[in-house]
Amino acid sequence: MSERASPVPPTKTESTTEQSADTTLEEDESHEIRETPEHKPITTGAQGVVRALENAGAEYAFGVQGGAIMPVYDALYDADIQHVTMAHEQGASHAADAYGIVAGEPGVCLATSGPGATNLVTGIADADMDSDPMIALTGQVPTEMVGNDAFQETDTTGVTKPITKANTFASDPNTVGDDVSEAFALANTGRPGPTLVDLPKDVTLGNTSSAREPAEPTTPDTYDIQEYADDEIVQQAARRIETSSRPTMLLGGGVIKGDATAEARAFAIEHEIPVVTTMPGLGAFPEDHELAMEMAGMHGTGYANMAITHCDTLIAVGTRFDDRLTGGVETFAPDAEVIHVDIDPAEISKNVHAEYPLVGDAATVLEQLTDAVHTSPKATKWRAQCQQWKSAYSMAYKTPDDEPLKPEFVVEALDEATSDRAIVTTGVGQHQMWACQYWTYTEPRTWISSHGLGTMGYGLPAAIGARLAADDDQEIVAFEGDGSFLMTIQELAVAVRENLDITVVVLNNEYIGMVRQWQDAFFDGRHSASEYNWCPEFDTLAEAFGAKGFRIDDYDEVADTVEAALDYDGPSVIDAHIDPQANVYPMVPSGGDNGQFALTEDQL
Amino acid sequence: MTGGLEGPPPSERPTPEGRRNELGIRVDPAVEAAQTPRRTVISALVEHEPGVLSDVSGLFSRRQFNIESLTVGPTESDDRARITLVVEEPDPGIEQIKKQLRKLIPVIAVRELEPNAMRRELALVKVNSTRPDQVAAVADMYGGKTVDASPETATVEITGARQKIDAAIEAFSQFGIREISRTGTTALARGTDDTATADAQPADQPARNTVPADDD
Repeated sequence: MSERASPVPPTKTESTTEQSADTTLEEDESHEIRETPEHKPITTGAQGVVRALENAGAEYAFGVQGGAIMPVYDALYDADIQHVTMAHEQGASHAADAYGIVAGEPGVCLATSGPGATNLVTGIADADMDSDPMIALTGQVPTEMVGNDAFQETDTTGVTKPITKANTFASDPNTVGDDVSEAFALANTGRPGPTLVDLPKDVTLGNTSSAREPAEPTTPDTYDIQEYADDEIVQQAARRIETSSRPTMLLGGGVIKGDATAEARAFAIEHEIPVVTTMPGLGAFPEDHELAMEMAGMHGTGYANMAITHCDTLIAVGTRFDDRLTGGVETFAPDAEVIHVDIDPAEISKNVHAEYPLVGDAATVLEQLTDAVHTSPKATKWRAQCQQWKSAYSMAYKTPDDEPLKPEFVVEALDEATSDRAIVTTGVGQHQMWACQYWTYTEPRTWISSHGLGTMGYGLPAAIGARLAADDDQEIVAFEGDGSFLMTIQELAVAVRENLDITVVVLNNEYIGMVRQWQDAFFDGRHSASEYNWCPEFDTLAEAFGAKGFRIDDYDEVADTVEAALDYDGPSVIDAHIDPQANVYPMVPSGGDNGQFALTEDQL
Repeated sequence: MTGGLEGPPPSERPTPEGRRNELGIRVDPAVEAAQTPRRTVISALVEHEPGVLSDVSGLFSRRQFNIESLTVGPTESDDRARITLVVEEPDPGIEQIKKQLRKLIPVIAVRELEPNAMRRELALVKVNSTRPDQVAAVADMYGGKTVDASPETATVEITGARQKIDAAIEAFSQFGIREISRTGTTALARGTDDTATADAQPADQPARNTVPADDD
């Protein structure tokens, strides 16, 4: 296991050794009791839960109170954990998810049983699809009532089984803290993912028989992670890279989660290999670098899709070859031998066959490859070809005076007005794609979005989680669509209450824009349930919440408004009225050929 | 509509010659020939705890793996259970099944068994007992035994490989079958070969092309 995969922050673990000299209490020999003013001996299951979170280094928790989770909240009252009450449990799960992405440590969310737990489900599924570290703690009806359809009872472990990395039904006040420790460790070890511990009220209320501290966060014995890839295959892959004439790197979200950006960048630059990223991989490679071909896939750049289609060797790191990236697999990188680096063996050859399967930690395997590759591929012509594609398929857009404000311009204005380390969160839809395409990502953990699940409404709650995980000098910009924003807009109340400095930018076209674009392309322009007759004024709505509201209609208002919104110390909302007919291009239709991306609707 | 970009249209772009098949494998006749589904037995050693069976069955339904039978039972160790799966998939599907099973936290070891592994299934066959002597004779022929008899029915227990049970059921059908219950296949590797042990994950050996010893 690499050090970075360790879920135990060293600063916290040290304190567990500072036990009191009191040996009269009965205790498990392997765990000491800390009896300091901050850490009283554990007497209930709920205290064990909260202590496990503290020991694991959790600083924040996002949640909503409720009947079955009340014992845990009561224990949180005395804890060193800052709890943020969200407006809705879905918001809590997205905030925890985004917190986990930015911090690189599991985000924590809590909810009560029944509707509280089911409201978390979308965010848990989202974290599962994107392999984000998160731990969800749900209240449950008392054990003796489970199965009787009690008030606010839902089979939470049953519901969340397919969308969690692991989940547990806690059964004993004495071991519930261990359950939480293990869930914390599992969430962030190997391939990250959401874990859940269901907490029946009798277990959290119940007294413990000893004051034993919860176990250190460790994964169960049955959980193995391979850190180093098979050296023989590394050597074979290295020979392939050395002799490649059209090499391309494909960096996925695993590069960022595995803290392998430095290794990936060094490798690409050393051997002058053009770099494409997936959507979750945005920020893995600086997009202002000459070798950057940016994002590939359905709405990837034309040059990224050309590079991936024509390469002869694809060095793919930390990606699961999602269908939005590959289009139809028949035409995906059809000339390429694939070198696939992933920590999850099940991702190898799942969708795209890998000639060189390299199972292991991304940074470690990239180091193995770095050591194994002795000569750079001779790819001068290929690089020149890639540069030619970059100009031929430029992302330059027009801003005609007789047409309304273009969304691309708004995205670029925000990018220009913020630092390189500014964090972008988004909802899902056209605005999300413009935020991918027209923001220049240069740093890891600065792009926070709902990739695999495609959850509209993700942007605002994610901005709240990201704000609390980020450094103070990192601006948080949440791009939302008008449709997406309305799905979780209630979380503005939280941003105002907590006085969180975030800037929400609504790219408002008064449509469910991506659906409208598809209807125009594939459904004869029949705008079924995508066109509004009315849309709220988001700037005045923001003011009603207590946030600062702005509105943009024209190009000449953009710069000043953006500056004022960013300067505002607290949550602000810019309602940017964009061209309602603006579409996202390039576009590869579902299952299509990446190399045949459309630049206009008539090419679809 | 607006928002289009400049650049050569699809028809003016170079296109690569190569193709992949629907399994994401670059089309190459030698590789493609091996992609027909085959039936195989996968054995998984798991923690003996609630929910493991639902984890496994949920995995199979969610990922649309073709499963023929699934059995579960205790092992030599109190805290371990063995799940035996008979699946039918092309090679990449079988590889995915093994990898996905290994990802489940309570799963300790997974292995695909050799074609010559011992495989057994049990069936209870309840037939009309108008000709009890003949029922007993057929049962005898298949090494079965009568476990229940009433004036109207006889129930026979048969153990063996799937094909043998299929054949026995076929033979019993002459008496009029009232009900059948079958267990699905359970299996162990032969000799000192480990089926799937906690100590070490046995290296995955591709199925050898030996004659399946399925009919013993």
